[in-house]
Amino acid sequence: MSVPVLEVNDLKKHFALPGSLFSPKGYVYAVDGVSFSIQKGETLSLVGESGCGKSSVGKSILRLYELTSGQISLSGQRIDDISLGKLRPMRRQMQVVFQDPFSSLNPRMRVRDILAEPMTNFGLASNRADIDKRVGDLMEKVGLPREAASRWPHEFSGGQRQRIGIARALAAEPSLIICDEAVSALDVSVKAQIVNLLQDLQKELGLALLFISHDLAIVEHMTHRVAVMYLGRIVEKGPRDAIFSRPQHPYTRALLSAVPVPDPEIKRERILLKGDVPSPINPPKGCRFHTRCPYAFDRCRSEEPMLSARGPQHVAACHLHDLPDAENPMLKPVSSN
Amino acid sequence: MSEPVSRPPGLVVAPELPDIIPQKTPRKGLLGFIIRNPAMAAGIFILGFMVFVAVFAPLLFTVDPTALAPSRRNRVPSELYWFGTDQLGRDIYSRVIYGARVSLMVGFGVAVLASIAGLMIGLVSGMVRWTDGIIMRIVDGMMSIPPILLAIALMALTRGSVGNVILAITLAEIPRVARLVRGVVLTLREQPYVEAAIAAGTRTPMVILRHILPNTLAPMIVQATYICASAMIVEAILSFIGAGIPPTVPSWGNIMADGRTLWQVRPHIVMFPAIFLSLTVLAVNLVGDGLRDILDPRMAKRI
Repeated sequence: MSVPVLEVNDLKKHFALPGSLFSPKGYVYAVDGVSFSIQKGETLSLVGESGCGKSSVGKSILRLYELTSGQISLSGQRIDDISLGKLRPMRRQMQVVFQDPFSSLNPRMRVRDILAEPMTNFGLASNRADIDKRVGDLMEKVGLPREAASRWPHEFSGGQRQRIGIARALAAEPSLIICDEAVSALDVSVKAQIVNLLQDLQKELGLALLFISHDLAIVEHMTHRVAVMYLGRIVEKGPRDAIFSRPQHPYTRALLSAVPVPDPEIKRERILLKGDVPSPINPPKGCRFHTRCPYAFDRCRSEEPMLSARGPQHVAACHLHDLPDAENPMLKPVSSN
Repeated sequence: MSEPVSRPPGLVVAPELPDIIPQKTPRKGLLGFIIRNPAMAAGIFILGFMVFVAVFAPLLFTVDPTALAPSRRNRVPSELYWFGTDQLGRDIYSRVIYGARVSLMVGFGVAVLASIAGLMIGLVSGMVRWTDGIIMRIVDGMMSIPPILLAIALMALTRGSVGNVILAITLAEIPRVARLVRGVVLTLREQPYVEAAIAAGTRTPMVILRHILPNTLAPMIVQATYICASAMIVEAILSFIGAGIPPTVPSWGNIMADGRTLWQVRPHIVMFPAIFLSLTVLAVNLVGDGLRDILDPRMAKRI
């Protein structure tokens, strides 16, 4: 295997809670030991419910947050321990597309200037004519008319703005794009267009995508691999087909059972989780999921499970797999999907 | 769709819609502007009138506003003395016209100085995290004193002059701007487009210059107009209580202070400067409201 485009090892991001003047009151354990890697041309989806730390992972990789600990390598080069000044030229390799198409474009800049910013920052274009040509090419690449570059962001619809956001990310010619809920704010038909656009661009340019989402239907449609996050940790990680057909963690099962199927005839077993996600300020002892897990037993309350192999490239963190096979509810097939 | 699809009679295919929202061409020119912003147009007109009056004061049939004429005291308005005379026989028309200079100078001077200083302080406080607590506690302290009291206290330390009045009111108004700018900067720095710019390799000074400053300007300019209006009032108050402009320089506050004792028999002495002051403050506020609507590009869509 070649050097992965992005390698994240034991990433932690703890936010200090403002307490008294000098000592924080405690910490929010937003990301608490997350590891994964992404190869060239591959999509890894980071899924989980709101507040599980998926977006914090994305922002920590971009160094928009100072990480607490862990290693991040971009094409084999460490970027977690260098200064922001040294990181600046390397930012070209990783770009980001945000969720809200309305606040991700500066309302006081024309689209042309928004797209030109990364080019001039990284010295990719030398003169005005070159910039204009590249901007026009980018607009076409994301399916917008060339001439529209002279317009203001507020003259575009949400889907069109998201295309501009993608064009801005492409302007730096990156090898990795972090899509932070990039399609979640769009309506269904536009969502499909944007996802298809991302897939086409990936094929054409060999982009690696870190696709942060809570929308499992979209994820199943476009990803190669999936990592499921719960309370700052990855609980299961594996190839798409393995995750969607043979989930090995009770949380993944519950998530999958909540995906709507567009057929009223299909009756499915819904796994309903009790209660809310526990606070990441005081994550539960032992397995973080035990407070809501329908299969939790004594060991889950005291001992934290580690990720262990459940198939080729497929890992899950659950004590149920240490039980005899007959007693392991995770080995039963998923009722229907 | 290439092949015809059978559909129930009466249904027609929707026409192809243009891909991009078509741009409405608003009515151009002065008339279009007045139709769209009547209040702001009125404000600009009144303010323009006041500036004209202040600039061309010597040419507008005025006499020396400080010339005394004890034999012609307390005249009511007449053909000779348009606004009457005060108890020292000075021509009130001339005094009011010259007084416009002081009011406008103080209003604009304070607005510009307080905006620049407040912008700097607010930017530092919003962008450099560790300074925030220190600066904001000082600002809190200053804001806990009413601006008029603060200005009076500052004036008590110095000699009365137009420059000192401007400085005193500026100091009293800076906290309001600083606080506003800091608040805007704090929300802006979390905006996805600022984060995207950082991710796109934009250096911090450029992030401030290109992404933060332009988006701070609109609320700040609006705030500046309100500060301009309030500075004019504070100046009048300071002059009225004798803590501001020296009595030798005519200002609207001075004239009103002089006429105060004769209010019941000669109300016009107070009335004329009061009308000018109210009109000017109203005009500045109208312009401020108009600017607020225009400077927001999302609001500009409605026409």
